[in-house]
Amino acid sequence: MTAKRWLPFVAFLLIAALMAAGVWMSRRSDRDALPSPLINKPAPEFALPVLHEPGRIVTSKELRGQPYLLNVWGSWCPECVTEHPVITRFAETKRVRVIGYNWKDERADALAWLERFNNPYWLVLTDEEGEVAIDFGIYGAPETFLVDGRASCAGSTSAR
Amino acid sequence: MMRMLRTGWFVGLLLALLASTAAFAQKATDPAPLQFTSTAEEKRFHALVAELRCVMCQNQSLADSNAQIAVDLRREVLELMREGRSDQEVRDFLVARYGEFVLYRPQVEAKTWLLWFGPLLFALLGGVVVWRLLRRNAGAAPPPADDSQEW
Repeated sequence: MTAKRWLPFVAFLLIAALMAAGVWMSRRSDRDALPSPLINKPAPEFALPVLHEPGRIVTSKELRGQPYLLNVWGSWCPECVTEHPVITRFAETKRVRVIGYNWKDERADALAWLERFNNPYWLVLTDEEGEVAIDFGIYGAPETFLVDGRASCAGSTSAR
Repeated sequence: MMRMLRTGWFVGLLLALLASTAAFAQKATDPAPLQFTSTAEEKRFHALVAELRCVMCQNQSLADSNAQIAVDLRREVLELMREGRSDQEVRDFLVARYGEFVLYRPQVEAKTWLLWFGPLLFALLGGVVVWRLLRRNAGAAPPPADDSQEW
């Protein structure tokens, strides 16, 4: 009889433990970030215009051979301002080429933004329509991809 | 004068609200609505985007969301359909780029077995418990009325 009396309490404890586990597992601040399915897969091919030289197109083939960091940003993105000093500090070490990926932005706005927050990028590519961004699985900014020398995505992170 | 002040205040509030929505890391632009060539195409499109999850908002389908990326992806889905790709090919296209997260109906495979068959497992477990309780009580006499119980 006593065992039966404890049953609701035990059930309550089990449910409480389950809920506590749920809270514990969602403690990461980036829990909404989706892991990129591109990791260790070939990076998407692209041909994108260069921000500072209208008319010049750079293709993914030209960038092959050495790794590069692709940092997705836009002048409309407030979090990019927060992230920018980190990218800048890394770019200044000159360990890896840091390429800016100006996503869904106006040229004038992008240039003004770089003027204001400084331009640490080795090269800035633009994707005004966001067509190539879909191939990269980009859904928000900032997001950064590390592409290795054989043009595979070695890692990605979003600082959202 | 008072009226003007109030309108000004209202417009100010509206602008503040607009500014706060623009603070998300998503570019806000007014999307042009998609044009369909036939009702069949429209039907197929709506059925397809309703079972794809928006990657930005995550609790809305691609059909419901107004996030910029959802607008872009809806356009992409329509383009892929017009290229003659099947529904499955469109789904695979998005999974390859955004991960399986975009599917509201995940593929049946080893790592999703618990997801697909878990409810059935719990229903079976509950059934076994109920069956055993019933069998145990079938032989026993009905419990005596408890006079001390106050209702």
